[in-house]
Amino acid sequence: MTKTTNPVHEVVAGNGLLHRRLFLTQGAAVVGGGLSLLAAQPVDAEPLAVPPWMKAPGTHMSAYGSPSKYEAATQRFVGGTPNVVGSGVSFTPHHKLHGTITPNSLHFERHHSGVPDIDPAAHKLLIHGAVRRSLTFTVDSLLRYPTVTRIQFLECAGNSGGNLSPMPPQAPCGMIHGLMSCSEWTGVPLALLLEEAGVEKGNEWVLAEGADAAAMSRSVPLKKLMDDAMIALYQNGERLRPENGYPMRLFLPGYEGNMNVKWLRRLKVVNAPTMTRDETSHYTDVLLNGKALILTYPMEVKSVITSPSTGLALKGAGVYEVTGLAWSGLGKIRRVEVSADGGKTWGQAALNEPVLSKSFTRFRMAWHWSGGPATLMSRAIDETGAVQPTRASFIVERGERQNYHNNSIQAWAVAASGEVSNVYA
Amino acid sequence: MSTRNECIGVFAVAVCAAAWPTLAGAQVGAPGLGQPVSVADAAAWDLSIQPDGTGLPAGSGTAATGAQLFATHCIACHGAGGVGQPNDKLVGGQGTLTQFQQVRTVGSYWPYATTIFDYIRRAMPFQAPESLTNDQVYALTAYLLAENGIIKAGDTMNAQTLPQVKMPNRDGFIMAYPKRADRGRR
Repeated sequence: MTKTTNPVHEVVAGNGLLHRRLFLTQGAAVVGGGLSLLAAQPVDAEPLAVPPWMKAPGTHMSAYGSPSKYEAATQRFVGGTPNVVGSGVSFTPHHKLHGTITPNSLHFERHHSGVPDIDPAAHKLLIHGAVRRSLTFTVDSLLRYPTVTRIQFLECAGNSGGNLSPMPPQAPCGMIHGLMSCSEWTGVPLALLLEEAGVEKGNEWVLAEGADAAAMSRSVPLKKLMDDAMIALYQNGERLRPENGYPMRLFLPGYEGNMNVKWLRRLKVVNAPTMTRDETSHYTDVLLNGKALILTYPMEVKSVITSPSTGLALKGAGVYEVTGLAWSGLGKIRRVEVSADGGKTWGQAALNEPVLSKSFTRFRMAWHWSGGPATLMSRAIDETGAVQPTRASFIVERGERQNYHNNSIQAWAVAASGEVSNVYA
Repeated sequence: MSTRNECIGVFAVAVCAAAWPTLAGAQVGAPGLGQPVSVADAAAWDLSIQPDGTGLPAGSGTAATGAQLFATHCIACHGAGGVGQPNDKLVGGQGTLTQFQQVRTVGSYWPYATTIFDYIRRAMPFQAPESLTNDQVYALTAYLLAENGIIKAGDTMNAQTLPQVKMPNRDGFIMAYPKRADRGRR
């Protein structure tokens, strides 16, 4: 309360970015001074009326809750593949969400042949191949195993792919970057099950297969399975949703979404990658020289500003919270920087605790918008020291064409009108 | 108070002494509920084919038979001759990977011929996966390889010949794991 400097006025980067201390002090310093920027102006001359919902009892309890009817527009964007029901994607509307946990009903989806209707009593997981004992596990038996619980993100390798096209797509943040979500996952460490089966030496790969109509399959390094992989049974405290793999899915922290095989029914220990359709013809990165990267597993360091973003217009000059998500498939987020002048100058954002490995980290930055044009960007640095690349540097090797694993910086242009649009900066 | 603490201490020692010898040889903390299955039973569930041909079943087929099957089961999604529309193009596209409009097909992009058999058998036709016989899957595989000019029209595909087929883009891939993966860009 007796600070000599006023953090509200402490500009740290161009075009109005303010020191993160504004948020870190939890508002105490703001109350003591600097109200000039934050104080609300009395504009509503209407007298305060007692609202109708205070004059009669509300509705009864419900067995399974649902969002307010006033939030009915907070929905996934559902895309599809022509001619084939059940194949396609749906996107998490990140521009309408906050925090770091994605509600189960809004977790992104990618299905290759629809969502199977699996009776858990009739589902088994088979572990076989180069093992001493081929074993099956029922769902009930896995529910008896020791569990691990972790809050971690899942990101489709195709996320943000639209930003590699020559013209920036004009769509809400969730429609560009919504093939990622973050949940608290609970399940059985895969190492326990592989040890029970007894992996024979010299076999470093495991084929994972789902029980959907596509029998979607991917090869996973044994090393990853023994490290931090789990058979996920619960998501955000409740059993997995059908669209997220009920009754069980593979969860590989930090690795591209497609490898986290849903409706898992089989793990086969083998001596080389199986080279399935989804790890050869898809999820590979063609470079400009025609060669393609294959078996590109971790989703690398990345961040995106979720607000302001397209569709969330600013309403007049003043102080705003610039906020977004940062994550890395290789560990924790070390730092997030925000620019309001298209990348000329950067200020350090506040990170919400806890900062977890291979998880969403929410960042916030105080910004005094002057009412003039601005270009907002964020860049994340992870604990390995990796820095999120600019779009210009990302496309050097890959070009401006359809590709996977785009972790480059998103830029949002704010016009004098307050409208926000997607730009390449 | 002190008596109570001592009791707990003694109890903990006793538990450790009794438990460690029995746990040391087994899996610590796992209930061991996996049910053994025979290799034969496991094989009935096994759909995957390795690039060296491991897993390929008995049976065979040629492009002529495959052409008839394609017209019945595949043409509605993949077009006559596999030229695509409304869904994936399966034929052609060789030489386009450096162009803006890459055309990634079985012929231009897929590195292993075994993947064709594996994928058709597990996932196609889209509306009725796992409905074709192994002979039919070999025939469709032969058809797609022949249409792409990779094998001759009369070549027979079976467990011996299919892994020998060298795909045009076989050497077009750079293994990112483990060299480029599992580390940050510094």
